[in-house]
Amino acid sequence: MPQALELAIKTSSLTKQFGSQKAVSSIDLSVPKGSVFGFLGPNGSGKTTTIRMILGLAAASKGDIELLGHPIPKELEHALPKVGALVEGPAFYPYMSGRNNLIRIDSADRNSMSGTRKQRVDAALERVGLTNAAKKKVHAYSLGMKQRLGLANALLKPREILILDEPTNGLDPQGTREVRNLIRSLAAEGITIFVSSHLLSEIEQLCSHLAVMTAGKIVAQGSLAELRNESQTRLVLKADRIDELVDFLKVQGLTKLSLKPDRVVAPVPTDFDVANLNQLLVKKKFMVSEIRLEQPSLEEYFVNLTGEGFEVVR
Amino acid sequence: MFAKSLSLSLMGSELRVMFTRRRTWAMLAAIALIPILLAVAVALTSDQLAPGEGPPFLDRVTQNGLFTGFTATLLALPLFLPLTMAVVAGDTIAGEASLGTLRYLLIAPVGRLRLLVVKYLGTIVFALAGTFTLMIAGGIIGAILFPIGPVTLLSGDQISLAESIGRMALVAVYTAISMSGLLAIGLFVSTLTTVPVGAMAATVVLAGVSQILDNLPQLSWLHEWLFTHYWLSFADLLRQPIELGSFASNSLLQLGYIAVFGALAYSRFTTKDILS
Repeated sequence: MPQALELAIKTSSLTKQFGSQKAVSSIDLSVPKGSVFGFLGPNGSGKTTTIRMILGLAAASKGDIELLGHPIPKELEHALPKVGALVEGPAFYPYMSGRNNLIRIDSADRNSMSGTRKQRVDAALERVGLTNAAKKKVHAYSLGMKQRLGLANALLKPREILILDEPTNGLDPQGTREVRNLIRSLAAEGITIFVSSHLLSEIEQLCSHLAVMTAGKIVAQGSLAELRNESQTRLVLKADRIDELVDFLKVQGLTKLSLKPDRVVAPVPTDFDVANLNQLLVKKKFMVSEIRLEQPSLEEYFVNLTGEGFEVVR
Repeated sequence: MFAKSLSLSLMGSELRVMFTRRRTWAMLAAIALIPILLAVAVALTSDQLAPGEGPPFLDRVTQNGLFTGFTATLLALPLFLPLTMAVVAGDTIAGEASLGTLRYLLIAPVGRLRLLVVKYLGTIVFALAGTFTLMIAGGIIGAILFPIGPVTLLSGDQISLAESIGRMALVAVYTAISMSGLLAIGLFVSTLTTVPVGAMAATVVLAGVSQILDNLPQLSWLHEWLFTHYWLSFADLLRQPIELGSFASNSLLQLGYIAVFGALAYSRFTTKDILS
């Protein structure tokens, strides 16, 4: 029997409707165990709503969710102790110290060992570099420190999956790097990481898998390599006698040409033989100054899928 | 295992959060101020007060300092005590929701029913803290400003100092029980909103409305169903032999309110989308 890929999160036809508006519209997520899964989409695309449903904070209007093999919300209390999460920014009691905040949240889980609580809290604070601020009240924390404290909260117990909603929001470039390194080291321990972001650059450096969401729908999903392949390879060509060149290329079967002022661009299969084409051109005495295959960057691909600009889609 | 199922750890944490807040202490301090102000005012003007003038028991304060707590309870019952209760009960769920900590408690996971129960028990602890603060502050300031000794009860009988301290504790417990129905209402209102101030205001308004209805003779059929109806009947505990009828009726009535509003809070909270 073929071993099916084990999934940490699986949703099928997951839908959330608020009034007449579908915030999440029939999405099928498959997050493989052990992956660093980037959940990408512009602001307001439904990422956080999806995460809320996965964590049982909001009920799905339609569809099924499995989290670490447990159907949600039915077996929510079995799944959640194995999940560390940061949802829509950190939230703490401002009048309590960072350390006491973590102790408070850890006490809420009836399965967490009270004997090891202080030790686990201190270890988590150490891991995010907050040991020195542990006794400060949270209202004196900067946004970046709160974000770290939120991460520490997600790390209070050994977890099988971390669900991190925009974990680098509010962090300075240095903090962003640290969070990225932290995620990498956690991933290296074998923890599945599901991280949402509206910034591709953040995801691209970190993730093995990716899903792109826009306007409540998933428009692309797969491993980074798969998605790179899906994006259309292009031939870029610069030569003299453009009119003749176009005719010649059409004869070669390259029909969807687009003419730029100084070059010709055409979509081609990934395994297109550039060397061969170059030879043919030279035989016809074209003066070729540039010929190459180009893979659009993931960013271009992302913008193609989600649309450009700051406008809120809905 | 036993401690686990009782959620002692969470209960302790809940109380720690409540009593870390300056607001909780400020409210208890304000409650303590009621008997103090009362006693000082009475001490400064005692020669001008004719017997029977002012609120019930007021003239007795000068004769026996232990009456300060009872009189202060009487003064605090219509507005001040319900107000502090509304603040605490209205904050239970809505306060966590507005901070955003509610979502982190739920994914801890705390369990929604468990959180609701612990939150409610927390408010009951506050009610006891409030009513005992009132009584103890009354006893202390009374002892400082007035003579204390065996207490002459409303029935004319005298009870010993030790027994009167027992009665004070009993009145404090009675008043906390009186508040338990209001606290359940506040808990329910708190599950409806993410704005704690709204929940607090609504709760205190309900306490006011109930007292107004209780004063309309046309609605006498309704009176014994109002959660404020037995609030002032703690005076029955100051008779000899002790009159426990209103204690029982009050407890039963409050249990009814706890059951109804507890169920409403449960059905609302366990199906609610937490979007804050």
